[in-house]
Amino acid sequence: MTFDQARWRRDDEPVYEPLLSEKDETTVTIDGDDTESADDSAVDVPLPDHLTRDELSLPELSEPELARHYTRLSQMTYAIDTGPYPLGSCTMKYNPKFTEDVAALGDAAIHPDRPERRKQGTLELQYRLQDYLARIGGMDAVSLQPPAGAAGEFTGILVAKAYHEARGDDRSEVIIPESAHGTNFASAALGGYDVVSLPGGEDGRVDLDALESALSEETAALMLTNPNTLGLFERDIEEIAAMVHDVGGLLYYDGANLNALLGRARPGDMGFDIMHYNVHKTFATPHGGGGPGAGPVGVVDELAEFLPAPRVRRSEMGYEEFRPEQSIGKVHGFSGNWLVLVKAYAYIARLGDEGLADASAKAVLNANYLGEQVEYEVPYGPFHHEFVASAGEQDAADVAKRMLDYGVHPPTTKWPEIVGEALMTEPTEIESKDTLDQLAQAFNAVIDEDDETLASAPERTAARLIDQTSAARNLRLSWQALDE
Amino acid sequence: MTRSGGSPYAPHTDAETAAMLADIGVEAEADLFDIPEGVGFDGAFGIDSRSEREVRTEVERMLGRNDDMVELLGRGHYDTYVPSLVDHLSQRAEFLTSYTQYQPEVSQGFLQVLFEYQSMLAELTGLGVANCSMYDAATALGETATLADRIRSTTGQRVLVPAHLRSGKRGVLDNYVAGTDLHVETYPMDDGCVDVDALAELAEDDVVLVYAESPTVRGVIEERLDSIAEIADDHDALFALGSDPVSLSVLEEPASVGADVVIGDASVLGLPASYGMGLGMFATREEYVRQVPGRLVGASEDAAERRAYTLTLQTREQHIRQERATSNICTNQAWVALRAAIHAAWLGPSGLVETARDSITRTSRLADAVDELSGIDGPVHERHHIREFVARTERPAADLVDALADRGYAVHGVDDHEIQLCVNDLAEDDLDGFVAAVAEVIEG
Repeated sequence: MTFDQARWRRDDEPVYEPLLSEKDETTVTIDGDDTESADDSAVDVPLPDHLTRDELSLPELSEPELARHYTRLSQMTYAIDTGPYPLGSCTMKYNPKFTEDVAALGDAAIHPDRPERRKQGTLELQYRLQDYLARIGGMDAVSLQPPAGAAGEFTGILVAKAYHEARGDDRSEVIIPESAHGTNFASAALGGYDVVSLPGGEDGRVDLDALESALSEETAALMLTNPNTLGLFERDIEEIAAMVHDVGGLLYYDGANLNALLGRARPGDMGFDIMHYNVHKTFATPHGGGGPGAGPVGVVDELAEFLPAPRVRRSEMGYEEFRPEQSIGKVHGFSGNWLVLVKAYAYIARLGDEGLADASAKAVLNANYLGEQVEYEVPYGPFHHEFVASAGEQDAADVAKRMLDYGVHPPTTKWPEIVGEALMTEPTEIESKDTLDQLAQAFNAVIDEDDETLASAPERTAARLIDQTSAARNLRLSWQALDE
Repeated sequence: MTRSGGSPYAPHTDAETAAMLADIGVEAEADLFDIPEGVGFDGAFGIDSRSEREVRTEVERMLGRNDDMVELLGRGHYDTYVPSLVDHLSQRAEFLTSYTQYQPEVSQGFLQVLFEYQSMLAELTGLGVANCSMYDAATALGETATLADRIRSTTGQRVLVPAHLRSGKRGVLDNYVAGTDLHVETYPMDDGCVDVDALAELAEDDVVLVYAESPTVRGVIEERLDSIAEIADDHDALFALGSDPVSLSVLEEPASVGADVVIGDASVLGLPASYGMGLGMFATREEYVRQVPGRLVGASEDAAERRAYTLTLQTREQHIRQERATSNICTNQAWVALRAAIHAAWLGPSGLVETARDSITRTSRLADAVDELSGIDGPVHERHHIREFVARTERPAADLVDALADRGYAVHGVDDHEIQLCVNDLAEDDLDGFVAAVAEVIEG
């Protein structure tokens, strides 16, 4: 196996990276203007004493110490650049290095409140990215503002709500398949809608009869991802769209799985009215340990006037910001996660039509190849960019821990719940055949192992199995809360 | 070894592709796509592929159309000088290209960084719980309103916010409460600070949240936080304070003046202006921990009884609780939080305090310098300021903003005869140049 976090340590040596606070904490005394007895270490602050705190205690370290501290911590972090990371639904792609350099350009780092005429470059890039995303999604208008996929969902829900309200049509429900991303439910609820959960059909796809009974005059929208979280294409999508539209509802596309479709199908062509793009997934900006992402929202013409403000259009001076006529307002304090958007632009420009289509082709090829090599049962197919295997009698969470011992990051586990002990696997296009073979070996080694071995795994990682129960029961969320 | 695919990041040679297809038992990649004809697409987006070099040149050229300016812009978002250490360490691929720490055993490094970030916010706010990031200050305010709704849902629907509030922040708040029965009302200000008497008049038992800022959007340090907290407390409402970690290094500790929640933009550490990209700070009291939005990292032990970190209380989160989650946030700003943590650690307690002190003294120095010119008076509010202040202008503010822009300086026009100036950490030379430009523009 190629990756072993334990390789740098001797077997008899405890692994323990001290906290910053344990190195050397310093207390700075803060003296306001009217404090009389200042001690030597105090910092004078030109404010009345009643507006200032008395002291501040934080670790005080030198730059070399910090360089080592964080470098060591980085070495204790598994990443796509250190090994395969087939987390289903997360689309963990390689992050091209040049996009980092492009986003680091000084001209990218301006303040958002500059006059329009003084930030034409930034507006132009926004305009071009809006245009690229619209083409890729088959949409008519795009807002770049939502700072993450879930923020995009929330924005889409608000746009749907504004659309219905503008028509004097008060609707209360959003329909979401049981297998959808949890964010769909949370975003719809945040928008004030009652969630109607749609049970899946026997083939893992939307059951048209169930959909028929869920739809009503109360339906504001159906939120769907296609391919769905089992990796299956919703073949009845045209009929689904017609059914939703027939009751006056809107069809929302969750872009989390868009990587499977680039150049092969577009949400707009399938009848979707609103979508979000997870540009940090589909267009390979890094995931940064959990963010930032960006979740631009695309809509069809009829909904464009409800998008968040400002949007960017061409004008006499070149480009200008404008407020769509019935804009929902703001979903981020400024313009969203700009640096992530710059990277997405650079990535799309680098790949172009052919590269984007090839990315999807190889992502689907890789998932199918890996699915073929893995001996765990894969109950649903044919699948696209990801598949959900079942650990069967084994506990999927234990399987995942044991896979860590084989030097690879495991898939997403126990979700979607349609598949018992789910192992949701998405290798993406960036893995080579060799790496996929290694991943398959890890899966297949674990399938033969007994419960005891699984339950005590992992053994070869920087930390052994971590006690989740005690973390939740005895909450210690800061170094101040740690026991002496 | 030929590779004829279109994506430069797919490693497959043609031979490997063929072998894989044969293994699966299909002839071509296209056969793997289970897409009905009616919705197929031919791949013609009309986007040309460019080389890495071409893309770099193109983006450089495009962004080069932004004017070269000295920005005295702030109003809740700041261009911060970030030490090189932060860039270099945060660009380490292990940090940059990992994802949410769903497998803590191989994510101890990032988890510890986030734990340390939470710890630094706990020290700065005095509150027991800080989450490990939200998108920005505006969305953190929205999350605070829904938090107050959950905690005080039986008592009322009113949220009180200051008249001096950035419109973008208010806009986001309005959208976050759109799906609740909350409604937002504005209370007046008195010479840049909260009009405490007016607030007391407005507050009744149906108020669930009182929000105040220090510093305010006009750079004013609030003078009566304890009275505001008391008003909130009298009506059993939550008191949320908007601030930022640098200011908090010298200002009153929020917990000690009665804040139940502290929010704000922590990107004042670790991130340059970045066209408004932020880092939502969120801290609250331990008693509300199960209602906190976003992720929490907790300390635990591994099987060898060594200290270890893990995401905790995940049952609050959307991937488990779906529509009953405390928030829909999933992808957050973890990497920006990492940058903020490194920057804060680099400064240390003395560095943080000195940075804040500098912001105070430099702001008053710039205010004095422009005040000496005729045709402009500053600051408008007879208060203590940090980072920025509002000045009154004889000429229409819009004219002045334009004239200064022509000389390469960007400032906010905030009213017909008011401009706002932010020193943040601009070089002394730039500030001197700015004062000279103002003099020239006013005399001209």
